Amino acid sequence: MTQTLTLTWTTVCLLDRLEPDRGVAALVDGVQIALFRTADELFAIDNRDPVSGAYVLSRGIVGSRGGVPTVASPLHKQVYDLRSGHCLDLPGVAVARHDARCRNGLVEVRLRQEG
Amino acid sequence: MSGGELVVIGNGMVGQRFVDALHARDPEGTWRVTVLAEEGRPAYDRVRLSAYFDGVSESELNLHTPLDGVRLRLGEPATAVDRDRQVVTTAVGEYRYDALVLATGSYAFVPPVAGTELPGVFVYRTLDDLAAIRAYARGRRVGAVIGGGLLGLEAANALRLLGLSTDVVEFAPRLMPVQVDQAGGAMLRRYVDELGVRTHLGVATTAILQGPDGGVAALELSDGTALDAELVVVAAGIRPRDQLARDAGLPLGPRGGVLVDATCRTADERIWAVGECAAVDGTCHGLVAPGYATAEVVADRLVGGAATFPGADTATKLKLLGVDVASFGDAHGTTEGCLDVTFTDPATRVYAKLVLSDDAHTLLGGVLVGDASAYPTLRASVGGPLPAAPLALLAPDGGGADAGALPAAAQVCSCNAVTRGDVDAAIADGCADVPALKACTRAGTSCGSCVPMLKQLLDAAGVAQSSALCEHFDVSRRELFEIVRVRGIRTFSRLVAEHGRGRGCDICKPVVASILASLGGGHVLDGEQASLQDTNDHFLANLQRDGSYSVVPRIPGGEITPEKLIVIGEVARDFQLYTKITGGQRIDLFGARVEQLPQIWRRLVDAGFESGHAYGKALRTVKSCVGETWCRYGVQDSVGLAVALELRYRGLRAPHKLKSAVSGCARECAEARSKDFGIIATETGWNLYVGGNGGFRPRHADLFATDLSTEALIRLIDRFLIYYIRTADRLQRTAGWIEAMDGGLDHLRSVIVDDSLGLCEDLDAAMARHVSSYSDEWRDVLDDPDRLRRYTSFVNAPDVPDPSITFTRERGQPVPVRDQSPTGSEPTNNQRRQPVTLGLPEVRR
Repeated sequence: MTQTLTLTWTTVCLLDRLEPDRGVAALVDGVQIALFRTADELFAIDNRDPVSGAYVLSRGIVGSRGGVPTVASPLHKQVYDLRSGHCLDLPGVAVARHDARCRNGLVEVRLRQEG
Repeated sequence: MSGGELVVIGNGMVGQRFVDALHARDPEGTWRVTVLAEEGRPAYDRVRLSAYFDGVSESELNLHTPLDGVRLRLGEPATAVDRDRQVVTTAVGEYRYDALVLATGSYAFVPPVAGTELPGVFVYRTLDDLAAIRAYARGRRVGAVIGGGLLGLEAANALRLLGLSTDVVEFAPRLMPVQVDQAGGAMLRRYVDELGVRTHLGVATTAILQGPDGGVAALELSDGTALDAELVVVAAGIRPRDQLARDAGLPLGPRGGVLVDATCRTADERIWAVGECAAVDGTCHGLVAPGYATAEVVADRLVGGAATFPGADTATKLKLLGVDVASFGDAHGTTEGCLDVTFTDPATRVYAKLVLSDDAHTLLGGVLVGDASAYPTLRASVGGPLPAAPLALLAPDGGGADAGALPAAAQVCSCNAVTRGDVDAAIADGCADVPALKACTRAGTSCGSCVPMLKQLLDAAGVAQSSALCEHFDVSRRELFEIVRVRGIRTFSRLVAEHGRGRGCDICKPVVASILASLGGGHVLDGEQASLQDTNDHFLANLQRDGSYSVVPRIPGGEITPEKLIVIGEVARDFQLYTKITGGQRIDLFGARVEQLPQIWRRLVDAGFESGHAYGKALRTVKSCVGETWCRYGVQDSVGLAVALELRYRGLRAPHKLKSAVSGCARECAEARSKDFGIIATETGWNLYVGGNGGFRPRHADLFATDLSTEALIRLIDRFLIYYIRTADRLQRTAGWIEAMDGGLDHLRSVIVDDSLGLCEDLDAAMARHVSSYSDEWRDVLDDPDRLRRYTSFVNAPDVPDPSITFTRERGQPVPVRDQSPTGSEPTNNQRRQPVTLGLPEVRR
């Protein structure tokens, strides 16, 4: 059973601040978030690379694998599904995903704490 | 026989191969091995002896690796064998044996004519012979070679390289009489003539004449003529060295050599003979391949095996004076009723002959001169049906010679005795490419001439060798480069839409970014290009394990003023950066956070530094030794050249990082031969080496061109680099690129020296564009607020530094704190790492 605790939406930046197919890091309620903009969607996941422990996922290359939007860790290139946070290369490894949306040209993020 | 004292007399190629083969079969070391060597240096590659004159060093020819349980006595030739006491005597002492292996090789045959003892008359057998020839040739103008066989032509080329005008005297009516027929010899002679080497065929040397200085001055020939010759090399054949065996009362072969049976054992059950000194069933073999076979037989027998000599493969393929010559099977058509099919093309100067059985169905042998590309398939087909119609086989490109038609028993790799059946079995077991076949069967791991056949056999087995870059592009990097270049595509989105699928990934995006950069696409962080870059290129710095970056300013050639050195020190101190001197003669500053990078660059750029591209698949450094400016051995200004090269090629994006070095003399202190392109000074110019690297699979660079002027050198490097950038695969270093190239180094030479593909003008223009459009990537970021905006810690909290990057101190410098253990896994040794401290030695009482 997974219990999901939802917090409130936090405004992070203007949408224009995000380059397509690239990430930025943001600090939301003290948590480091990696925020990505693809051609038509926004994604937010933990910035922490679970394999290395370094806070670097926002600097990975955005792409796709079999139609799934992905980001590759810049340290050792493990690929993560941006929609679910699951690592597509290492079974059982995942990063927390968060909610992201754009309202009135502003990007907003809402943390999810799954446990 | 099962172990004891083993004495090996001789440390030539075959003697060494025997010791290696025995060591591999006898890992417990039941045999204690003593090797008695006449020469003062351990075994070296005598087949490539002439490479010594091309600038290949003695150490590169070395074949000897020290092995446990093997004692090598250099400069201590055996003088006698006492079979009753089982003892070998040398000038120094005695060695008892339970088994004795004679590997004494051959000596050069010197015909019995007057004057062979004169100063200036040499044989061509050992490195010492070659060194003596080189020393004596200095200041002399004319040389002559007695003997127009394989060795004689090698010697003639050596004299030519030493600057002597050269004559060759051959008793037979053609060159290389053992290997080629009359027509092949005639074709070979055309090549030799063109090189300015004069040939005198069908004549004997009757005397060697003395000059007023006491040394040799001329040759007197049987047709009454005399030839000026201040230096003479006698290369009139070889004879087995069997004196020790003769003195010990062992039976000899009818034409000399130690008589052995098919097990390579002499009449004395404790004594064996291998290599050129062995007369196997009465016949001596003067080639290395049969010699190696005898070494393997004896090694096998000594550990209880039952190997016998498989018969000699006298097939030969070599490059003489730049000409491909090959001979195999019954090259002279001595089989009764055999048929010849010949092909002669005076225009391309290619000669080929196939010898067929009387029914024209079975290949018996052949001769190839000028183009030997069909050799691997033809040699493997000897004794079997022809793999294609004769004319197709003899076509100059060997296009008809497809390995797919070979029978299973045909030997594909003669160096390692691998048959087509072996290769097919490996493919059936899952080997899907050439590297896998090499690892599994050892085929293609020695001379490499069968690698094209391995590819053909993979094709024949229906194994598709995919060159697709990734799931988004079905083509290789090389093809993608051509698409981008020819179609003038400037964006990834257009490229993937028109020639790929999906949204790209961490494989194809940096490749395309690199291609766009190589084709002069402006700043690497402009527009959409920025999103393609790996994090290092995206931040123009090197990501480290804790998420911080390192910064490497360019220090061309490793030359730096005290003022600049002080600035680096001040920057490191002010930003609290860990400082380390790199292997590429520059300084790496570690521990910078992204938002600090522009501030650090500002300080460095203001002091005259620029990006060192340590983050890019680009030229890194051109390392140098101090050169003739200071060094008492230096012969050229190596630092000056290194600085010029580094400034010329800085920022050049490539499929892999590129490294270079320049050494000011042959002592090679800059380690140029471990670089993608390395330059070593000579008395008269520069030698260029290509395809070297350190790293995971170290490889020495190969000599590419010699004694170049600085201008010619730079032109060759320009073309080498651009051709590499255009045609290499993703992450393929120059070494792998050359290895994978059909025709290897020779092909590369034909493309960028002889312009065989007509590309050179275009390559030169591409490099000229690179040089003229270079600008410093750091400065370009500092000058542009849009680019600078990327260098923030958090998009919504730019004033908050990344709290996860923290430092402790080790040996007086900041280093990352390791408190980040991965989720769901135990801390690894890395995380538990302790600083290294040296303990005091423990005293036991």
